Amino acid sequence: MTKMPRILFAGLLSTTMLTTAAFAAVVPAGTQLAEDQTFTYRVLDEHSSVDPQVVEDVSGSEIVRDLFEGLYNQDADGNLVPGVALSHTSNDDKTVFTFKLRPDAKWSNGDPVTAGDFVYAWQRLVDPELASPYQWFGEIMSIENVAEIIAGEKPITDLGVTAVDDTTLEVRLTSSLPHFPLMTTHASTFPSPEAVIAEFGADWTKPENIVSNGAYVLTEHKPNERSVRERNPMYWDNANTVIDKVVALVINDENVAFQRYEAGELDRTEIPSGQYPELKVSHPDEATVFPRLCSYYYNVNLRENGPEELKDARVRQALSLAIDRDIIVEKVTAGGQFPAYTFTPEATAGFSVPDVEAANMTQAERDAAAKALMAEAGYPDGFDAQLIYNTSEGHKKIAIAVSQMWKQKLGVNVELANQEWKTFLETRGNGDFDIARAGWCGDYNEASTFLDLVDSGSGYNDSAYNNPMVDDLLMQAKSADDRGPIYTKIEQIIADEVPIIPIYHYAGNYMLDTDLGGWPVNNVEQNWYSKDLYKIAE
Amino acid sequence: MLRYIARRLLVAVPTLLVLIIIAFFLMQTAPGGPFTSERPLPPQVLANIEARYGLDQPLLKQLWTYLVNIVTQLDFGPSYQYKDRSVNDIIAAGFPVTLTYGSISFLVASLVGIGLGVLAAIRHNTLLDYIAVGATFSAQALPNFVMAPILIFVFTLQLGWLPGGGWNDGQWQYLVMPVIALSTSYMASIARITRASMLEVMNSNFIRTARAKGLPDSAIIWRHALKPTLMPVVSYLGPAFVGMITGSVIIDIYFSTGGIGRGYVNSALNRDYSVMLGLTILYGALTILFNLVVDVIYAWLDPKIRY
Repeated sequence: MTKMPRILFAGLLSTTMLTTAAFAAVVPAGTQLAEDQTFTYRVLDEHSSVDPQVVEDVSGSEIVRDLFEGLYNQDADGNLVPGVALSHTSNDDKTVFTFKLRPDAKWSNGDPVTAGDFVYAWQRLVDPELASPYQWFGEIMSIENVAEIIAGEKPITDLGVTAVDDTTLEVRLTSSLPHFPLMTTHASTFPSPEAVIAEFGADWTKPENIVSNGAYVLTEHKPNERSVRERNPMYWDNANTVIDKVVALVINDENVAFQRYEAGELDRTEIPSGQYPELKVSHPDEATVFPRLCSYYYNVNLRENGPEELKDARVRQALSLAIDRDIIVEKVTAGGQFPAYTFTPEATAGFSVPDVEAANMTQAERDAAAKALMAEAGYPDGFDAQLIYNTSEGHKKIAIAVSQMWKQKLGVNVELANQEWKTFLETRGNGDFDIARAGWCGDYNEASTFLDLVDSGSGYNDSAYNNPMVDDLLMQAKSADDRGPIYTKIEQIIADEVPIIPIYHYAGNYMLDTDLGGWPVNNVEQNWYSKDLYKIAE
Repeated sequence: MLRYIARRLLVAVPTLLVLIIIAFFLMQTAPGGPFTSERPLPPQVLANIEARYGLDQPLLKQLWTYLVNIVTQLDFGPSYQYKDRSVNDIIAAGFPVTLTYGSISFLVASLVGIGLGVLAAIRHNTLLDYIAVGATFSAQALPNFVMAPILIFVFTLQLGWLPGGGWNDGQWQYLVMPVIALSTSYMASIARITRASMLEVMNSNFIRTARAKGLPDSAIIWRHALKPTLMPVVSYLGPAFVGMITGSVIIDIYFSTGGIGRGYVNSALNRDYSVMLGLTILYGALTILFNLVVDVIYAWLDPKIRY
């Protein structure tokens, strides 16, 4: 009963309409389209699932974005464009969002997509019985009662999401979240077909059973070999979709994948590591590099059990300064990466890189400053420490380069230790290290997806950094209208205290066949949709 | 003989049970678990997931439930990594693939290997022998993870004759490179064992007697020498066959065949307990089965062996 006035309140106070022009494949005038509109691409590994509420990996989410459609999609630049939702409104303090859904959205079996399908899917996401690994996404969406439902204290029907009618979806949040609509492009928020799931249980995602509401339907799945999706004639924007068939081939080895790309079997594959400089010259129209929302960094253990030396901020600053990031990205990784002096990548929306002192110095100046800081901290001759990383040729090369720089410039003797992935995660999670390799990719295009990691309460804060001022600023940012300056301030504090040592920001690097059009290189999250692509006649 | 086979099969049951128990506990000692990830799950979420899969139960209870499900329903549980597939699904999808290219590779390796070995032995110390020995040595020295990319480079990229990978329900074009890559080093071993064994047999007394009787060479080789020659070869072929239809992770990786070898390695890396256990049982059962087959073939080859 208490819900009604809030809806009215929300509707009256603010209205956000999105432009409805920029979706579906935008084929430039004069482009001759190919006869065969099949897009074939390589994936590194078999996807975990194509169930929107269960999927947890990138390659699975890519398929789910084609098969299902959520409230919003992203355009080629990462801006929100309407999906099943046409528009939304919110109340003044951004705790109630009301989405207006398009009436013509249909499931692949012809049934209409309704607000109730979203309610079902979101309840399903947080249902302790389904036990989705992405229940936490429901938590960061801050939907009313989500924590209690996950803890099993309240029934899933208490989740703060209501179908007001078939085309009106209301979401109530426990705290103000201005960027809430951005989160609805995430696969775990996509609708799922209740009747089909009830009928087939866990087998509902098999090609013979699945019903979906996106531009494509799953027609074939050969685990560890290939999965195929084909045009969904029931999709509301089917008329503007160009690609007929999408084939994802599982190819574990990047060099084999590259050979198969060269043989014409693939339209897209990753550039094999270290080969970008050559391929840029030999295949200038195909080797493509663009910024990603990901950071490569080292965690410094600030716990009680961590080394005494590393508890001194000056020592951490010195270690950070002594890393010649230009050498790392140009000579070691050589894949178009960007040197990092802040945690949040520059490409993040609404974020401006603070004027970090180290970024403006020459490497010689940094080295001199690093030496001075070490002397000041009382370690002019260095000390011993251990650096752990998960077993990989790439991480090893970087660790060797960094440890050499530390040894030569600061006399710091670093012992390198690699560990198998799960062992590494366990060791790092337990805080059983001095310095540990880490990487992080944003869940959505907003600086908090990175900076939340330095919150003392974050489960991902592997350095165990604890600064009440940072926690406070993060709290302020959650409800502030202009968050940019707050994030800049936090980055400035990180640059001074160095709980983490940023090394580089990732680059996406693909070989993209010249007959493939519409690839969203400017979408830093690389949320791509096959419906926006097209094949050009050769 | 039948009683012997029945007894061996009966002994296999406790053997498998011991294997399951050891594998079950060994697996738990590896650091991390199926749900350890780069982004540690909030404790409540982790608890829900563990409850769903029964991983919150005491280990002995988990083991018991697992065994009961296998015995009563042949159910090897759900995969923790591929959440909409069960272990049975994974085996049903991957094992036929591995079995197909493994069996064909086995046939190719045995026929060519034995043929080459026999030929080299009866033309001992001739040019043919030297070529065969040289070829087998190089084939053995060339591991399949080197050979696979070379094959793809030559047949797919340069000549354009064969697809660079995939399975396509076992169409022959997709089988050629996996079979070559998998069979070559086995073939080399088989040829060398056959050659050595044949040479030994040809120098033995009963062959000398056969020669003295004036039998033609072909009769000596086919009727008298081949059977004893094959004894050591067969003891190699048993485990080799199991190896070929199970442990082809390299083939799966390079040719994207979707076979079970890659699945086994992945399950260990992902701590996908149920898949790891299920495949261990499968491999164990196959090993036991083919050891038995080898012993039966022994009895047929060697009249001195009676069970």
